Amino acid sequence: MTAREDILSRIRTALQDSPEAPQIPREYRSESGMETEKLIELLVDRLVDYKAQVAVVAEAEVPATVASLLEGARSYVVPEGLDGGWLAGMDDAGTGGARRRVDSPAEPLSVTDLDGTDAVVTGSAVAVAETGTIILDGSASQGRRAISLVPDHHICVVKAADIAGILPEALRRIDGTRPITMISGPSATSDIELERVEGVHGPRRLDVIIAR
Amino acid sequence: MTTFLGMPALPAFGSGNLFAGESFPKAAHRELGNAQLRANLGHATHTIRDKRQAVVSELPDWEQLRDAGSAIKESVMARLPDLLEEFEKNFTARGGVIHWARDAREANEIVAGLVRETGETEVVKVKSMATQEIGLNEYLEEQGIEAFETDLAELIVQLDHDKPSHILVPAIHKNRTEIRDIFLREMPGADPALTNEPPVLAMAAREHLRRKFLTAKVAVSGANFALADSGTLAVVESEGNGRMCLTLPETLITVMGIEKLLPTWQDLEVFMQLLPRSSTGERMNPYTSLWTGVTEGDGPQNVHLVLLDNGRSAALADEMGRSALHCIRCSACMNVCPVYERTGGHAYGSTYPGPIGAILSPLLTGIEAEENSSLPYASSLCGACYDACPVKINIPDILVHLRSVDVDSKRGTRKVPSQMDVGMKAASWALSSGKHLGLVEKGLPLGRLAAGRDKKIKKLPGIAGGWTQSRDIPAPPTQSFRDWWAKEHKSAAPSQAAPSRDDKETQQ
Ligand code: SF4
Repeated sequence: MTAREDILSRIRTALQDSPEAPQIPREYRSESGMETEKLIELLVDRLVDYKAQVAVVAEAEVPATVASLLEGARSYVVPEGLDGGWLAGMDDAGTGGARRRVDSPAEPLSVTDLDGTDAVVTGSAVAVAETGTIILDGSASQGRRAISLVPDHHICVVKAADIAGILPEALRRIDGTRPITMISGPSATSDIELERVEGVHGPRRLDVIIAR
Repeated sequence: MTTFLGMPALPAFGSGNLFAGESFPKAAHRELGNAQLRANLGHATHTIRDKRQAVVSELPDWEQLRDAGSAIKESVMARLPDLLEEFEKNFTARGGVIHWARDAREANEIVAGLVRETGETEVVKVKSMATQEIGLNEYLEEQGIEAFETDLAELIVQLDHDKPSHILVPAIHKNRTEIRDIFLREMPGADPALTNEPPVLAMAAREHLRRKFLTAKVAVSGANFALADSGTLAVVESEGNGRMCLTLPETLITVMGIEKLLPTWQDLEVFMQLLPRSSTGERMNPYTSLWTGVTEGDGPQNVHLVLLDNGRSAALADEMGRSALHCIRCSACMNVCPVYERTGGHAYGSTYPGPIGAILSPLLTGIEAEENSSLPYASSLCGACYDACPVKINIPDILVHLRSVDVDSKRGTRKVPSQMDVGMKAASWALSSGKHLGLVEKGLPLGRLAAGRDKKIKKLPGIAGGWTQSRDIPAPPTQSFRDWWAKEHKSAAPSQAAPSRDDKETQQ
């Protein structure tokens, strides 16, 4: 007998009393019914609580905000599908001489290249106000998972329309089979005496730009 | 469906790091002597407990989420074979490879074989209970493969050649100074000027592991959830070490217990609300990664999953105990447990400490296994674990159930009645009638004699001595309640039976 057959038959034997699968009570909240302003306010509050920096700006101000956040960075990476308008504040060489690198699945940057890159700018698929979570699903504006992981500074643009109130609303908007990363604040650990320390292996700095 | 003919197969129990090397009372007694451990633990468990309480109270529908979580898990157990097959179909359709392992040895061999196929001799590891349970690191080492733990707490424990003592914060028993000393001693190239501040120590770990992450070709992980309807796996973490391992290497090998399934993508909305709040007391953990087989151009292109039984089917066969498999390893139960708080995780011997360990380990190994039969007694049955459990596992009930299984399993195996048997016999006689009890109570003053001047009994003889090893017993009252009642009611009408001042002492 293969291990597979063996295990499946053991489980069937274990369930000889034929337990019934209960109805799942789903009385928990599935909608928040929150207005946009409230969503933004809550998301900001949560993100700040996680020690992320947040700027709420009009869509037209995104490029200037990105540019100012990239100040001091020598290089940054963007996924090929990032809204070009968001980078309008910078020429291809980038403001202050920051060099732009474009990553795509067809022409991926090496891990070493990414490690030598100071920052990354991505979009996002959806955000959850109540938990302060930003979800990336690997689509063109967010790129491969590695690019938002290796550089030490992540600048993430969230469109106000993409903010959901609570987790069930957000997950309904996502295709679960995509490579998904949920981000709630910068990398953190609480392994030493339960004291929270921001920044271990993931980006130590997370800047979120909420674009109305 | 298979039809069953003849005798049902014997349950196949688990192997690996599931056994207590010595009985819980013995181990607990030793650990109780460690004041530093108790101080570290007390501080840590109380901190998480308070944080958890705060974020749980924030959610108006917490109880509804628990109800849903509990029902989803119950339904997973009832439909486990079908769900496993559904998951397998979907994961495989997207380029993942599934392996099945009956026990620890088989799982270890599969992982080692997969690593060997890549030609590598090093792997990076995401913290995982399943690989702890099967003793994967030790096995790989025997095979000439070095496994690097990348979770900070796991790294601390690994560097110190110690064992984890908590399922969420494995190094919870160590304080910052102890951790600094471990780094200085065991981490090549550690800065001799290293201070004991947590941010400094975290940065040292970052430096130490950075090269490993960026060059590793093979990673090994566990999984928090597996979604049957999409074939998706999920890892929930904080530091980004998980993301590093799950996305940068070429080969990813995941080891997961067969009970970790959830039927649908929608069910994730329940568990991603229950887990972070219950475990670290956060609204959401910093990072969660989800992957479904292979995604071309993004992440590992060789993706394997080892589905582990290792006693889970045996636990499933216990109708009362099977809900222990609902556990999502949040650790809330240990953070509220008065016994865990004092003894620490090592006393439980197995990979799974605390209240859940006290039921899960003997269910996975069989109650007769080594010293695991003492684990169901490692509880005061106060019920705090049940209240805290996000999936409503009734741990106290299962503890009591397992105690009876233990007693039954020992019945008839001894020729000479044990002290416990004799004691139980005597108690049954005493409690069977008021007259008997009255007779026994005449002996109470003897107890006072044994207690001495400070009115505390410090040492009882025989098996009762186990109790007094770590506790004192107050001396019995001079008079039994029954005697007091009789006396009181001879002189006073029942309605005026309020005790006088002089009787105070008898009220204990
Ligand atoms: S038994 Fe419940 S509380 Fe304990 S670790 Fe498992 S899920 Fe958490």
